[in-house]
Amino acid sequence: MDFELLVGIFPQVLLDGLLLGFMYALIALGYTMVYGVLEFINFAHSEIFIVGAFVGVEILLGLKSAGLLETLPWPLVLLGVMLGGMLASGALAVSIERVAYRPLRSAPRLIPLISAIGMSFFLQDVIRLVESLWRNAFNLVYPTLEPLNERFELTSTIDVSAKSMVVIVVALLMLWGLHALVNRTKIGTAIRAVAEDQAAASLMGIDVNRIISLTFLIGGAMGGAAGVLFGVQYSLINPYTGFIPGLKAFTAAVLGGIGNIPGAMLGGIVLGLLEAFAASYMSLLTGGAFGAEYKDIFAFSVLILILIFRPKGLLGEVVRERA
Amino acid sequence: MIPSAAAVAFVALSTAAVALFPRSILVFLVFQTSLLYAYVARIPGWLRAALLAAALLVLMPAIGAYNGYYLEVATQVGIFVALALGLNIVVGLAGLLDLGYVAFFAVGAYSWAIFGSPHANVLFGGGGFPLPSWWFYPFLVIGLAVAAGTGVVLGLPVLRLRGDYLAIVTLGFGEVIRVLANNLDKPINVTNGPRGITPISRPPLPVEVSYAVGFYFLVLLIVVVVILVNRRLEDSHIGRAWEAMREDQLAAQAMGVPLVRAKLLAFAAGASFAGVMGVVFSAKQVFINPESFTFLESIGVLAMVILGGMGSIPGAIIGATVVTVLNLQVLKGLSLWLNELKNAGVTILGYNLAGLPTQLEPAKYERMIFGLILVFMMIFRPQGIFPARRRQRELGER
Repeated sequence: MDFELLVGIFPQVLLDGLLLGFMYALIALGYTMVYGVLEFINFAHSEIFIVGAFVGVEILLGLKSAGLLETLPWPLVLLGVMLGGMLASGALAVSIERVAYRPLRSAPRLIPLISAIGMSFFLQDVIRLVESLWRNAFNLVYPTLEPLNERFELTSTIDVSAKSMVVIVVALLMLWGLHALVNRTKIGTAIRAVAEDQAAASLMGIDVNRIISLTFLIGGAMGGAAGVLFGVQYSLINPYTGFIPGLKAFTAAVLGGIGNIPGAMLGGIVLGLLEAFAASYMSLLTGGAFGAEYKDIFAFSVLILILIFRPKGLLGEVVRERA
Repeated sequence: MIPSAAAVAFVALSTAAVALFPRSILVFLVFQTSLLYAYVARIPGWLRAALLAAALLVLMPAIGAYNGYYLEVATQVGIFVALALGLNIVVGLAGLLDLGYVAFFAVGAYSWAIFGSPHANVLFGGGGFPLPSWWFYPFLVIGLAVAAGTGVVLGLPVLRLRGDYLAIVTLGFGEVIRVLANNLDKPINVTNGPRGITPISRPPLPVEVSYAVGFYFLVLLIVVVVILVNRRLEDSHIGRAWEAMREDQLAAQAMGVPLVRAKLLAFAAGASFAGVMGVVFSAKQVFINPESFTFLESIGVLAMVILGGMGSIPGAIIGATVVTVLNLQVLKGLSLWLNELKNAGVTILGYNLAGLPTQLEPAKYERMIFGLILVFMMIFRPQGIFPARRRQRELGER
């Protein structure tokens, strides 16, 4: 085994892991916020996330065909695309809640979960249908923003692309913003109150339904932002791409302690790092017998192990079984 | 008297229609409806048995002998009926949402695929494989045991989890099995990876019939056994324990239901049906690869159970039939039809269909169907189209 190689790739793997981790953290927020308020796994969140990516690519392609992609300053373009993706995903999340979850709020626990799974599948094919009709293609490639492709050499072996840095900075800003929103504003207090005790919150004059919609809106918007960043970073998207990152982000939320917002951020970063290291080192350490193709299994094994040994996650509280 | 005559006439007429129209989905659905009618109509028990036996044992194979199309559909439906009945035990009776059900099907399929094909030579060396084809029959039991064992191994650590976590973990497990099947061609070539395994031996048939008819009877036999087992389970000691557990775990535990043991049994029972069907499936297909065992399949089977009604045996049968026919026939039919219209350049409402996007293939939209079924059933009729009686009462109160 080549020890120097193992050490040599370490910083690059760390960077890739962080990048992936921030992406998971942004998606995981949607799962965890909804779970905190409703104790319900919003299975369709992975599609809410990928819809953000699709709206982003449509805006970019639109700008491109209008010839504006090169002329407008890139931060403005990125901002516009992010806003578009966030709005679309947020609105979608709110409408899904209205249509498919709200009527089932008092039903036994598994009923809304099954509805959410159905929604997830339905949305995947709706995206496919829409894009097939509109572009006659549903595997789309993000147009590149030229300045974002520049690479900076940190050392002779490690370099970082401008877009990775942008992704990390934007993700950090959003996480900070959400943290401030939840902890320092009146709306945030209301969200936390509803998560704590719906009945009591409603007695205190909080409109529970509105807060639940708002939770979906915020979670969905974070998912949409993650979708755009995902597209910018990894370029290729199709209607089914969202599923696996969604599942892993859910793992991240559980890892951090589901219902816990800082936990989701921590869980996302930990899972991203674990996965990046597993993907790069597993093949080296086992002499090529097990390679990066096992990284998905790795994430699921993490999920299973946490649920068995520490179901409350890294930062979470014990969730009691609700009848 | 009148219902009896009606049932006989209905079955006879629909059989005649099936014989007359060689490739019509609609007619086939009518035929199935007539069988359903015979099953539920208020007719004497002997007549019901006679009608069903005549239709399934004589008429269907007779039609299939000169029209393989319907027989193929019937066999597929049979495979999914057995799968749905297996999942029905886990989801419907025991109330455990298993999203990785197809993993057990895969375990069964691979167990016969490896030993029933020359692939095992790669694994163990020598030239002793494939096993003689009569080994297929012992492998029905081996596949059952392996799948049940896998169910227990998975169940032991995860059955303590709460319902929704359990669902996600089983989903993860299903994906793990698929990724393993996809990648275990190295370091040791167990599954041959994405290239899949072929040719898989077919079982020797005791009488001289074509393989299509043979498989039809084999699947029918297994389905009958599965239905009998299901019916006996439902009213058995353990079946009652499962239902008690589904309604209220704490109360069930307080009444002395050993939760972990009951859950393990449910998992193992459901898995064993999938295992047996996996063995049959691999022999029928001659070729298998990991693509047949995706999450989509698990959700498909779940949609069948939900559509028919959780915990209801006729429900699972109807659900499996409707979903399979929708998938296999209606979507594909729509694809063909659209293509014909497109090639003919038909104009609808001023829009020339020749301009339709080429990527639009209705046959690929199974997810939409499954998704719509799940969402609509949950919102409007969570007890299913053919609810179990106990379940109906429970959900009716809401």
